Amino acid sequence: MSTTLERPTRPSLLARLENPKAVIGLVLLMWLPLTLYVMAPRLLGSLHDVVLLPAIPATLLLYTLAVRAFRGSTVAVIGLSLVFFWLLMAVSAPYLPLIDPNRPIAPFTPPLTEARDHFFWLGTDMRGRDLLSRAIWGCQRVLVWGVTATTVAYVIGTTFGLVAGYFAGWWDEVISFASNVLLSFPVMVLFIVILTYLGPSGLNIIVAVTVASAPAIMRIVRGLTLDIKTRDYVFAAQTRGEHPIYVMLIELLPNVRGPIIVDACLRLGYTTVAITTLTFLGLGLQPPDPDWGLMIREAARSAMLWQFSYMLLVPALAVSSLILGFNLMADGLRELSLRD
Amino acid sequence: MTRLILQRLVQMALIMVFASFVIFAIFDTDEFKRKLAVAELGGFGVAALSEEAYANWLAQKGLDVPFHERYAQWVGDVLQGDFGHSFEKNRAVGPLLAERLWNTAILAFWVFALMIPLGLLVGILAGMNEGSPRDRALSFVAVFTTSIPEIATAILLTVVFALGLGWLPAKAAMIQGFDPWQLVLPVLTLVLYAFGYLARMTRASMAEVMTQPYIRTAILKGLPYRRVILGHALRNALIAPFTIIVLQLNWLLSGVVVVEVFFEYNGFGRLLLEAALFGDVYVIQAATLVAVAVAVTSQLVSDIGYTFLNPRIRFGA
Amino acid sequence: MTTPILECENLAISYFTRAGEIPAVIDFNLEVMPGEAVGLVGESGCGKSTVALAIMRYLGRNGRIVGGAIRFKGEDLVTASEERLRQLRGGEIAMVYQEPMASLNPALTIGRQLVEVPLHHETIDEAGARARAEAMLERVRLPDAKRLMAAYPHQLSGGQQQRVGIAMALLSNPSLLLLDEPTTALDVTVEAGIVDLIREISTEFGTSLLYISHNLGLILETCQRLTVMYSGEAVEVGSVAQVFDAMRHPYTRGLFNSIPLPGADKNARPLMPIRGQLPLPHERPDGCNFAPRCDYFQAGTCDHGTIAMAAVAGDEGHYSRCRRFAEIDWEAAAPKRKEAAAAPLGRKVLEVAALKKYYRLQDRSLMALLRGREARFVKANEKIDFDACEAETVAIVGESGCGKSTLAKVLMGLEQATSGQALLDNQDIANLPVQQRDQAMVGYLQMVFQNPFDTLNPSHTVGAQIARVVRKFGVAKDKAEIEARVLELLDTVKLPRDFYHRLPRQLSGGQKQRVGIARAFAGEPKVVVADEPVSALDVSVQAAVTQLLMDIQREHRTTLLVISHDLSLVRYLADRVVVMYLGHVVEQGATQDVFSPPYHPYTEALLSAVPIADTRIKKKRIVLEGDLPSALNPPSGCPFQTRCPRKLGRICETEAPPWREFPGGHGIACHIAPEDLAEMEPVIAQA
Repeated sequence: MSTTLERPTRPSLLARLENPKAVIGLVLLMWLPLTLYVMAPRLLGSLHDVVLLPAIPATLLLYTLAVRAFRGSTVAVIGLSLVFFWLLMAVSAPYLPLIDPNRPIAPFTPPLTEARDHFFWLGTDMRGRDLLSRAIWGCQRVLVWGVTATTVAYVIGTTFGLVAGYFAGWWDEVISFASNVLLSFPVMVLFIVILTYLGPSGLNIIVAVTVASAPAIMRIVRGLTLDIKTRDYVFAAQTRGEHPIYVMLIELLPNVRGPIIVDACLRLGYTTVAITTLTFLGLGLQPPDPDWGLMIREAARSAMLWQFSYMLLVPALAVSSLILGFNLMADGLRELSLRD
Repeated sequence: MTRLILQRLVQMALIMVFASFVIFAIFDTDEFKRKLAVAELGGFGVAALSEEAYANWLAQKGLDVPFHERYAQWVGDVLQGDFGHSFEKNRAVGPLLAERLWNTAILAFWVFALMIPLGLLVGILAGMNEGSPRDRALSFVAVFTTSIPEIATAILLTVVFALGLGWLPAKAAMIQGFDPWQLVLPVLTLVLYAFGYLARMTRASMAEVMTQPYIRTAILKGLPYRRVILGHALRNALIAPFTIIVLQLNWLLSGVVVVEVFFEYNGFGRLLLEAALFGDVYVIQAATLVAVAVAVTSQLVSDIGYTFLNPRIRFGA
Repeated sequence: MTTPILECENLAISYFTRAGEIPAVIDFNLEVMPGEAVGLVGESGCGKSTVALAIMRYLGRNGRIVGGAIRFKGEDLVTASEERLRQLRGGEIAMVYQEPMASLNPALTIGRQLVEVPLHHETIDEAGARARAEAMLERVRLPDAKRLMAAYPHQLSGGQQQRVGIAMALLSNPSLLLLDEPTTALDVTVEAGIVDLIREISTEFGTSLLYISHNLGLILETCQRLTVMYSGEAVEVGSVAQVFDAMRHPYTRGLFNSIPLPGADKNARPLMPIRGQLPLPHERPDGCNFAPRCDYFQAGTCDHGTIAMAAVAGDEGHYSRCRRFAEIDWEAAAPKRKEAAAAPLGRKVLEVAALKKYYRLQDRSLMALLRGREARFVKANEKIDFDACEAETVAIVGESGCGKSTLAKVLMGLEQATSGQALLDNQDIANLPVQQRDQAMVGYLQMVFQNPFDTLNPSHTVGAQIARVVRKFGVAKDKAEIEARVLELLDTVKLPRDFYHRLPRQLSGGQKQRVGIARAFAGEPKVVVADEPVSALDVSVQAAVTQLLMDIQREHRTTLLVISHDLSLVRYLADRVVVMYLGHVVEQGATQDVFSPPYHPYTEALLSAVPIADTRIKKKRIVLEGDLPSALNPPSGCPFQTRCPRKLGRICETEAPPWREFPGGHGIACHIAPEDLAEMEPVIAQA
């Protein structure tokens, strides 16, 4: 059989990057340094100041790739742009010409005014710290802790979901009951109970988010698994005596991916809300580093006046734009997946 | 169908037992008890508490008996309506909780009264004609409002209507007795956030129903469009939103914490948070238990309602 | 001249999508006269359902009539107002749908859904409408109409649902009834009842019918005239006699050559599939749409311009869309496929004896606990005996719910038998789960699945999926060797080698099924279980896949266990047939013995129910009453006694029927005396 395949012309850089391995590489290149930078700055030692530099081109490339992949949906592209804007801010914050976010300069300076040799685009807070700088630096913690927590919740939820759905019977009953117990706690109540018990910190937020979201994720994956495991190709794998782990990882997991990715975008939004809200309530991340929830908390205590409302509005709009980004991404992805 | 409901009831009871156990166990640690002892006996902190004084305190409170006896005791007390004593507020937890729950119930009533008609209407109008300009506009509004977290909505509304225009009070502490105007901003905040979710679910359900062959059958029977929507589509499309509305109660108990704290409204959520920050163990236990009870009950109502609304289950196949 | 009830003139319909205009129907003409039943035949994707929906003016938001006219009793439907359409729909033109369950509103009672038809089309009060509905239910032979009116759709069987659908359509005495594949989702014996009803309608009510189907046999049984559609066009129009016996279009001819009619034989007169596949709407060739697949294609004649319908000279009312139909010698036998000698059978490889499979029904409710937990069983397989030799094709036949799929699961080791044995090369596998079988045995027994859309994992490439099997069963070891073997297998199933890197969604149904076959044969199995291997495919593709399966089998001397409900296919391809009903084997024997008397009464009914697209065949009509009983609570005595037209009496209800042996290994489980069985008339006779 002769196949007359045309010799392909040398593909562009972007086209060559459009494969799973390259994308995963870029994600790691962006994400690992940022995570270390936020979670364990001391580990980085002398690399601390340069480690985020390669993440900037990685983020830009990923954005270009993502826009190419989702160009069919305007909504998805808008969502992607919002999310990637904040990702770019997170990785480039150290290199932007910003005032030190923790340095008190001129308290209660309104936006677009100059005070003590500094121009404040968004004004300063009650301690005189630059709000623009705090808003940009503030996205780092929300993004890193939020995404990490969601990822951990997904790994655990998906594993249990696959096991419960595929093995059914006894496994399913135990896992489903445990998740029903957890799901019967209102989310915020569960957060408060866990964080009161463990104490407020980033790591404990991961625990809390996992305990709160993994059961819901498990339910979704379980449902999808129950559906997919009746397909003939799963049947075919079973009839050739494949190990259950093979069936779960190779036959089932790739096919639950679609709905899971959409759900993950939504859940990233919820997690961002949760982290900001918990910090606002005093149960989450601790001062003094800039953080949107903290900014709201501090401003709500001492600046409830019309002329100081920018102190509340800046972090409120920042967090809203990121969540809107996640939600629009989810909507766009769902629209695209339905179109196929 | 009675079998299904009974099954659900048993499951719910099991969940309650299990959840109460978890709640009790979590706050039964040594650390918490030491904090309590310090709070009651006075002193300079947990470190300064002598082992002897602590042991005496435990004995005095009847806390030195084995875990399962204390758990049984606690469950027994709770079932008799005795939730213990609040250290921070220095009063019995039962009446305190009842008072706060009532306040939250008022809030919740108005939220639901506004959210349900708004959410359903927007969802139905959008889902009736999937992909139309009307659908796109309404869907965008729904995504937009749900994307702004309660805390941000609260800020925006306060800045505009209270600080800026001065039309409404910024706080809802109700210091001089009940004032309905103070309720407006908290209710609006919760409605804006929640209605979008309901609207999106209703839209999805409606849009799915509209693609079903039986809707085609109804149209090709020559029924007027109104009749197709009201008589055929809604009957099926509203089953899913109904269960969501009931489950929103669970969600409301989460959302209410932020809103009550921000607007200083004396409700259940604020009580829970204050207790958590203070380490007021009996209040946390009681409040959490009540929250779970509300959630579990709403789940049960939603399940039973679903069974009733869906003839496929009602007249079991 | 009387005006036709329905007239489609040069009808063209397009769907407008993001990708641009997709012409679904390009040139379609049709006339339905008063009281006439007209068939519309074609394979999936030819546009026949689009035509029906266009007549109803229901094309969704992106469908539009872009040319031509549809006239109902002379009135133009294309320009009709919404209000006028509302009056016509359900009142003058009614439709019966393919999926009876999905077409009824699950949340409303049957009564509600019926009553609203007269209420909206006539001035009649609720009580009057209710009485009319009840009467109509009885007209469509649904007993106990009062009870049915209060029932919800899910409480009815598929056959009952479709009868309700027909009753609903007839309630306002329409002049035209559109039937869109009304029996495709139903079992054969149920289908036979519905077809009877449809025939009655056209004679009794004088309603004109447009019957849309992919099944030529059904058209023969219900219609007087028919239109054959291919790729958005009508290609041949004529009376049933003209089109069936003197077809004048190569596509029609191809269709008839690909269906296994009685007389086709896998060795002496094999099927001749139409090569290639239906062109996508935007890839239609210039000239004749069928040209790339046509045996009579002539460059310069068939490949340019638009081809118009032309009258067949000397044959009134017969039209064909072919430039060469006058030149083709239609009487000459079609170019014959190579005949093959029947493969000699080998030793016995599979022996199933007294196999029984019960499923325990889990009842974990509180009530069940209180009552002391009565165990209930689904009796999927009661007592299955049969065996199969090397190179033999054994067909297991039965309708849905007869337990044939359970049998396959037990053989494959996914379920364990309750009792009995299944010897595979003298080793009992009835209780051996697949995990405990050694690799050689797993590779020895493989399966081909029914649904092409489900058989391949959508996330992996075709090559990777076949390679996995090759590696798993150790047919080849290193990477290059495995790849070579996979390419070889692609050649075997006649797929291009560059399919190696394709994902399943880039393949058509028939191509996917070929990959499924390649995968099953990748481990060089001795026994292959094929569960309805072609039932989800189009007629012309069915023939090709069937042929392929048989070629590979012949080459490898594989034992083929075909599970099917399609008796025509079974007669064509099987050496021996096992007929199952409700978990029991009711008859088995060599194919020619099972298909001729003596019959088991169930086999007789099944044979009579199968529509055959041959005007020379005369069939005895036997329509079964009632529905298949539940396997949870099967009837006592003979499993078939509740529906048997030849029931003897008490004995059938109390005692299990004896196994009656006839010459040639033919056996029937029935109380009827062997002499009486032997005197049965053949169901199918050449006229």
